[in-house]
Formats: sequence, C-alpha cells, structure tokens
Amino acid sequence: MSSYTQATREDIAEMLEAIGVGSISDLFAEIPDEVLFDRPLDLPAGKPEQEVYSELAALAARNTSAEDEVTFLGAGMYDHYVPALIDTLMGRAEFLTPYTPYQPEVSQGGLQVMFEYQTAISELTGLPVSNASLYEGPSAVGAAAYLAKLANGRPRHLVSRGVHPHSRETLGTLAVGYGTTIEEIPLADGRTDLDQLIAMLDDEVGVVILQQPNFLGSVEDLRPLVAAAKEVGALVVCACDPIPLGILEPPGALGVDVAVGEGQSLGNRLDFGGPSFGFFAASQEHIRRMPGRIAGETKDVDGRRGWVLTLQTREQHIRREKATSNICTSQALNALAGVVYLSWLGRKGLVELGELLARRTAYARSTLAAVDGATPLHDQPVVREFALALEAPVEAVIARCQEQGINPGYALGTDYPEFSNGLLVALTEQRDRADIDRLAEVLGAAIAAERGAVGVAR
Amino acid sequence: MAEASYPEELLYHQEHDWVKIDEDGETATMGITWYAQDALGEVVFFDAPQVGDTVTQDESYAEIESVKAVSEVIAPMSGEVIEVNGAIADDPAVVNEDPYSGGWLVKVRLSSVEERNSLMDSAAYTAMLG
Amino acid sequence: MSDMASAQTAAQHAAGELGEEAGTVSRPGLGGQTPQQREQSRTIYEKSRDGRRAFVAPATDVPEAAIADLIPADLLRSEPARLPEVAEPELVRHYTKLSKRNFDLDSGFYPLGSCTMKHNPRLHERVAALPGNARLHPLQSEAHSQGALELMHNLQHALGEVAGLPHVSLQPSAGSHGELAGVLLTKAYHEDRGDIRSKVLTPDTAHGTNPATVTMCGYEVVKVGTNADGGVDLDDLRAKADDQVACLMLTNPNTLGLFDPNIKEIAEIVHGVGATLYYDGANLNAVMGISRPGDMGFDIVHFNLHKSFTQPHGGGGPGSGPIAVSDRIEPFLPRPQVVRDDSANGDGPHFRLDHDRPKSIGRLRGFQGNYGVFVRSYAYIRSLGAEGLREASELAVLNANYLLARLKRDGVADYLPVAFDRVCMHEFVLSGAPMKRDLGIRTLDLAKRLLDHGYHPPTVYFPLLVDEALLIEPTETESKETLDAFADAIVEILREAKEDATIAQSAPYSTPVRRLDEAGAAKNPVVRQVL
Repeated sequence: MSSYTQATREDIAEMLEAIGVGSISDLFAEIPDEVLFDRPLDLPAGKPEQEVYSELAALAARNTSAEDEVTFLGAGMYDHYVPALIDTLMGRAEFLTPYTPYQPEVSQGGLQVMFEYQTAISELTGLPVSNASLYEGPSAVGAAAYLAKLANGRPRHLVSRGVHPHSRETLGTLAVGYGTTIEEIPLADGRTDLDQLIAMLDDEVGVVILQQPNFLGSVEDLRPLVAAAKEVGALVVCACDPIPLGILEPPGALGVDVAVGEGQSLGNRLDFGGPSFGFFAASQEHIRRMPGRIAGETKDVDGRRGWVLTLQTREQHIRREKATSNICTSQALNALAGVVYLSWLGRKGLVELGELLARRTAYARSTLAAVDGATPLHDQPVVREFALALEAPVEAVIARCQEQGINPGYALGTDYPEFSNGLLVALTEQRDRADIDRLAEVLGAAIAAERGAVGVAR
Repeated sequence: MAEASYPEELLYHQEHDWVKIDEDGETATMGITWYAQDALGEVVFFDAPQVGDTVTQDESYAEIESVKAVSEVIAPMSGEVIEVNGAIADDPAVVNEDPYSGGWLVKVRLSSVEERNSLMDSAAYTAMLG
Repeated sequence: MSDMASAQTAAQHAAGELGEEAGTVSRPGLGGQTPQQREQSRTIYEKSRDGRRAFVAPATDVPEAAIADLIPADLLRSEPARLPEVAEPELVRHYTKLSKRNFDLDSGFYPLGSCTMKHNPRLHERVAALPGNARLHPLQSEAHSQGALELMHNLQHALGEVAGLPHVSLQPSAGSHGELAGVLLTKAYHEDRGDIRSKVLTPDTAHGTNPATVTMCGYEVVKVGTNADGGVDLDDLRAKADDQVACLMLTNPNTLGLFDPNIKEIAEIVHGVGATLYYDGANLNAVMGISRPGDMGFDIVHFNLHKSFTQPHGGGGPGSGPIAVSDRIEPFLPRPQVVRDDSANGDGPHFRLDHDRPKSIGRLRGFQGNYGVFVRSYAYIRSLGAEGLREASELAVLNANYLLARLKRDGVADYLPVAFDRVCMHEFVLSGAPMKRDLGIRTLDLAKRLLDHGYHPPTVYFPLLVDEALLIEPTETESKETLDAFADAIVEILREAKEDATIAQSAPYSTPVRRLDEAGAAKNPVVRQVL
C-alpha cells in the first residue's frame, strides 16, 4: 500500500458496504470491458522513500550544475544568487499547497502577494497594469502578440532578430493558430536595424516586437523604433530582462504598449529551464485584453481591506471561446519568489546590482577582447551579457573550458548561423573579477589549443 | 433593484431587450429588461458600441458584464447608433437600478420601422417569462 | 422524515466533534481567529522605510566607471523603481503573516472538484532542490545534463504507458498549454495532408479552457449536447460530425465525474469523419492503470502533473501539461524532443535533445519545459510504481463514492441531490437548486459557511450544465474520518439553514476577511499600489 493513502482494509470494507457494492472493481463496472486495461502498467515497482531519494540523487549527480563549475551561461536564464529567505517562504505550506484563490476569504495571503507583485512589475516596466504572471518568458511574448491581434486585428507581426530565438519560434508556433504572419526585422551591428524596420512597416502591421537588452546583449535604443511603429499605428511589445530594468529607462516611459519577460532571474532557480514565471504589463487601455489572473484591491462587508481576483469576465472560465487567453493559472509560487526577491533588493539594491553588473560586464568585455583570438562581436552598450567572435570552433572551445571547470557561455551559432563563431557571455553578481580573469586565461588557452589542433589537422 | 416591471409603452425582444420608438417613428431608445439585469446581477461594465455603428435586429451590438457573467446585448431593431449612454461608464449599477430610463443603453436611427411587428408587447413578454 | 431525524443526530454529533477539534463552530461561528489575522492588512510598500535594506551588494572589484560612460545617459532611468526598503526581519515577518491568511492543503480538506487536491509528498521538494537539478542551467550541454535528460526520458515513457500512447512531449507548462499544443498538433496533422478544417467540437460540460483554446487556434467552437445519463449525446454528435470537424475535445471521466461508456462509439464517429479525438487529462486521476485514453481511441492526451502527479499547486502555479500522442500525430510534436541513443560499443545509453524535426509545430515556450515539476512527478511515479498508481485511482473513486453515499444517507439529497445518479468516478456533482428553493441558501452560501467549519469548499457553479452546481473531488489521500466529518459539516449547515438561513447567507465569520466587494473591484480596478 502507498504511504500516501490512508484507507485500511476495515475502512475499505465499511465504505464498500455504505456504497452498496461488493468490491472496488464494481465501482468501475460502467467502464466497458473493451476499454478496461487488462494488465499491469509496464512500470518498475514502487520503492520506499529513501530508495527513491537515492535514485534521484544519483541522477542529479550526473548533471553539471552551477554549483559544480564557474558558469557564464545566460541566454535567457541567469545564475543569480537566490537568498535563503526565499527557500523558507516558498516552502511554507500556505504558499506551496493551495489552489488558485477561488475563495478570496481564505486566500488573502496569496492575493495580496499578487497585488504586491503586480505593483513591483508595474514599477519595473513603467506600465500601469500587470497581471499576476504567465508561464514563462517566450510564451509571454506569444501572449503579447495575441493581445495585439485582439486589439487591432492586423495580420502582420514584426519581430526583431534580436529577440530570444525561443520567443521567435514560439511566436511562429502560435501565429499558425490565430492567423498572423511573423516577419523578422534584421540586425545591423548588433542592434535592430531601424531603416529596415521602417521599410517593412505599413498599416497591415499589428505589432513590432523587440527585446531589451537584445539576445546579443546590446542595449537597444528603443525610442526611434517605437516612434516608427507608432507612425503606422502598430503596437510595440518589448521583452525585457528585469534585472537591468533597475538602471535602464523603463519601456513604459518610452511608449512601449506591452512589456513582458522571463522572470527567472528574480529569485527563481535555474531548474533546467523551469518552472519560473513570465511577467506581463500593459498600458491602461489594454486592461480588459490582458491574459491571465489579475488581483485587485477591495473591501469586505465590514469595511476591512482585502483583495480578489478581478476582471474575471476576460477569462476562459466565463467568456469561454471569446476569452482573451486560454490561460487559467498564474505562476503564483514563482511570482512570490519574484516579489520577495525585489523586496529583498529594495529600491537602492536593484540599482546597485544593475550598476555592479554593468561595470563587471564592461570589465569582462574588455578583458576578454584582449584574449588572443577573441574580439567583440559588436560594440553596442551592454549591461550584463555580451557577444564575442572567436577564431576557433566555439563548441570545442566551450568543451575545453568546461574541462577546466569554467563554462564560458553560449554558442551563438546554434541559433544564428551568421554568428557561427559567436560566444555569448553572461554575468551575474556571483561572478567576480577573479572569475572573469580566470575565464580570460582558460578561454585564451582553449582558443590557442583549438587553433593548434586545427593547424595540426590541416 | 426595484420590483420586476415591464412598462406598457415599450416593445420587447425575446432576448430580454426593450425598445422605445420615438413619436417621429425614426429614432428609438434601447436597453435591457428588468429580467435581464436581474439574471445578470450587479452590472460592472458596459462595452458600448461607437456612435455611427450599425446594429442589426437579432444580432449582438454590445456586451454587459457583471462580476462573473458576460451577456451579449441583442438589438431588438436595426439602425445606426446615434447616441450612447455615457452615464453607465461612471455608474454601471444604473442599469440595475433603473433599466428603463436612467439605464438605457443606446439611441438608434431606425432603418426599418416595420421590424416592430416582430416584437412583443408587455403582456406577451410577461407571458413568455411565465 | 426518517432521513431528517438521522441528519439531526449526525449534525449534533458533528457540532460536538468540530467544536472540540477546531475550538469553535458556534453560531455565527467565530472560529480560530487571532487578532493578528483580523487586523487591517498592510502591504510591503507601506512598511518601507528609507535606509533599511536586506541585500548587501558585493564590493565593486572592477574599475568604477561612471554608468553614463558605459551606457548612453538617455537610455538610463532617471528615477529608481519604487521598490520597498525593508530589512530581512520585516521581510520574513511580512510574508509569513501573509501566509497565515491562506487556507492550504496541509492544514485542511480541499475537495475542490476537477482540481485533484491530493497530498504533496515532501520528498519531492527535497529532490527537486538538489543542486544538480535546481542549479542546472537549461542550456548546459547534453554531456553535462545526462541525469536530467534521462529523468525526462523515463518520465516520458511512464506517462506514455499510463496514457496508452507511445510518444510524449513534456514541453507544455499547464493543462491549458497542453490543450493549445493538442489543437495545434491537430491543425498541423490535417494541413500536412492538405485537409483544411474549420471546427472543433466540445461538449457543453467542457472546461472553459477547451473553447478558449479552440479560438486561439483559429477554429470555430461547436458545442455537443449531453444525454440524460450525463454522457455525450450521440445523436447530436453524429449530426455535428462532418468533414469540417478537426477534433473533438473530451474529458473521460467527464466534468460530471461520470465515465462515458459510449467512448468507443464516440471514437468511431469522430475518426469516421477524419477528425482527431483529444483527451483533456484533468480527470485522469480516476483511471490510472484502469483504463487508458489511448485504448479508448484518443489520439492526443494532456496530463496535469499538478493534479494526478502531485506537483504542489503553489496558489495557482506552477503546473505542467505534458502531452502523449499516437503514431500519426508524432511527427508534429513540439521541438525539441528528448531521445535516447543506445550505443553499439557497449557504452551506456546517451540522451539528447532532438531539434531536427521538420514537421514539428515548433516551440510553445522556452527551453525544455518545467523540469522542476518533472522531478517531483517522476519521484511520485517511482514511489508508487504500477501498482501504487492503480491503487491511487481505485481509492480516489472509492472515496468519492463513499462520500456520495454518506451524503445520500444523511438526508442531504433532499436539498443537494446528485445531478446524475450513477456510480461516479473520482468526483461527483450535486445540484443546490432544491436547497436554494426550500432553504433560501445558494451553493455559494453553503461554500462560504463551509469555510467557518475549516474546510475549503468544493468547486461551485461548474459545470455550467447543472443549476447551482457543487463539484466534489475528495482524492485518494484523504481518510474515511475526514470524509465523515465533512459530510457531517454539510448536514449541520443544512440543519442550521432550516432554523436561520441568514447565518449561511452572511457567512463566513471566522476568516481573515469576510465577503468581499467583487463588483466594486471590477468597476474601479485597483490593480497596483499607488506609491
């Protein structure tokens, strides 16, 4: 018997008698024989807790985590430090185990957390309306494009090639469903090409989708891009890395209509890609087109302050086929980590963190540019991530560095054939100057070794 | 919300909408009935059409929302919207409190006054409600 | 009359027992409130004081350039984001206090129909937090993530076996995301054959996510009726199934908690017009190891790992919604897929991410899906094994039928009759229409009064088909004593309502706040703090 169920043999007998059937199998009598499963599932037998722990620990030990190497991998998820108090708070059963707050009288904790989270996201993005979070980053980009489709119905959606490749691919997948075309705006010298954008724009364009900083690490100058899009009445969506938003002009202040992004770097673990959360904030005029849950403040019958899920008529359980989205959850637990993390950083801390990253990133870029065989891929301003061009096969260089306990970053050629020699290097506050210096040393040796190897092969 | 009432001077559509045709026979005022607002509950939002929009008999021209329901508003007659009740935006509950005067939804320039022949009078509508 | 007598006895018993346990369910029922929980709640922003901090930045160990020398000044913020300034003690206390304003599954029974609120084993949190999982970067090379890829591959196999369908993608992030994948797969499958279709059928009992998903995929929703037994109306289905139908989305057992015995015939009708049959796995907890969607004729199945497979619900997320599909749908599965290569030279198997899938619908999200959820669900499957999964479903169905029998026995049926009087699966639907008519209390009032008794109420007002619906799903992890006590509480609330309906109508009394003004919140939405 599983230790997660409680019915004893006596319980089962009493319960069957109360129901008025002779056996448990009688309860399944309505399932026709032809669809009754007539053998045991082909799965290993169950095991006691301690053995399951050992098996999963052995599997986990076969992974090389950020605990095991000094990593400069980023490209959408970042190895920021997660403060200990987040583990404590996320582990509280009152946050971990409830369902969506359908009964607000006994869900005030979760609802108030959503409200505080929405406030923090609104502050970060400079946009007045935030939802209580979506699944994760790239699907949030897809949700923003769907909002644009609902708002203006125009058939052409333009996306910068500087937007995360997973976001661009997700847009393509979803657009097949709701019937828009996705066209790419090329990059020029590491940034979205304004002239090309202008040439592509017409009044069939429903939305222009950008990313800040873009996938190559460049801080985009959003103003002229937004102005061009507005000229033809298109909406502007910007996917943002939330940490640099502590020092960068918020998208809402630049005329962006919808700001979305991957929330992992705000107090969430890497978890091999999830769960995390996607944030989603918009200008006031889109409040009734927002996807997902939104918490709102109100009062109870005694005049006491409280919170509820609000504007629910947008949602699938009420509006069904006319809903603004099919999403029926938020990533409440991950968004909790997000707002606790932002509160932990605080007003000054977020700025200090952003400035530290900008300085270390500048140092890393100049230090690595001095490595023989490595040059910056572009010279746009960067804040936490930058791209190098290597004069050696990138995958092989990465493998050599990993043998030395350093993961130097992401091979850009995976997603950008035009940058087949590109390496994307990311910083967090956990990578200090000594780590950067060591990376320069190891990277230099790896490039030299690969050039030598290539030379020998030739 | 007052007691149920279905004024004699109005015409009714089976989807719980009313229309009051002006004396000139060219324009009319439309809204939802006491029964409709009662079924919907406290109105919180009116997604109104624009002045100049065309409404078509038996088809939806707007949406009314309560906290946990959305209802399409069906046009009892066809025409062009010439005025929208702006007071509802400030106080949506007026649709509940006063569905036949303060809670009117739109004024319409009728395109086919004969459509009135397919509508019910108060007695027939009350009988339909049972 | 005899029913009523027994109901009153049980109610008196219940009042005594709950009174001892919870301290107070005396009318109107101020139970368990502490002054702390009753105070006006303040937000973290209102507790902010300049000069306090929790975070201490690492020292700047690189040249301290002016930021405006690194990034053009016109791209920089002029004002910092107005985040709160608090030190660690207040931060911990604030969120700990907020947590105490939540009801949770660890402290009480949560029979929320269609949500499968089963116990969340704590082992799962421990293994998910191992650094090899928690700090594993999603773009780590295959060679350095073999443990994670093997776990995902094993989970794919296990889910495919439970579904009776051989190919699994773990990528979708929730049930609704799995549905989106499923309908997009259907679209890709038809269009690959040059077959453009326009409609998707859903039963009138369907979850709202089904029609919402259909619209997002560019199809028209066509509703199929329900027959007198609570199953799909076959005549209506036959009338609506034509060559424009791309798919029928179905839950079996359905949202009424009933197994549709005509499932084979339904599959024949749907396949007969060339459409696919989609299984909404929300109710899989009733049939694991007992009946498999693939064997019923379904082409595409989604799982809710946060329902049947114990991922904690987290207050509304995270979840995970993997899909399993038949051979004909396989070429279209999302990218990337986890695949296993067995080496010829005697080395162990190698696991990798296969991106080279030319007919794939593409990605639905970033990276590989909610891996942290996969770890928990895999731990669950390894703990239970084949036998344990089957037993979980058997006991889920036993608990539901027992609770239904208890409620019938105690005279509850006079006021809350079961909507479709058949053997139910893992959940059942009562109708509160007679209760509303005879006692003047609505299903919502009953739900609110249950809060005073220390229970999370069942799902209310769903499915839409049933007037004043109450959808009850006890799950297999609850004890008989808990089910008995819950039945007693319902009996007591009905007894009390006969004496004084206003008690339930104004409930709850013992919660951190009482009924909230939802209309006010919707009229003037305040969705962030004004700072």
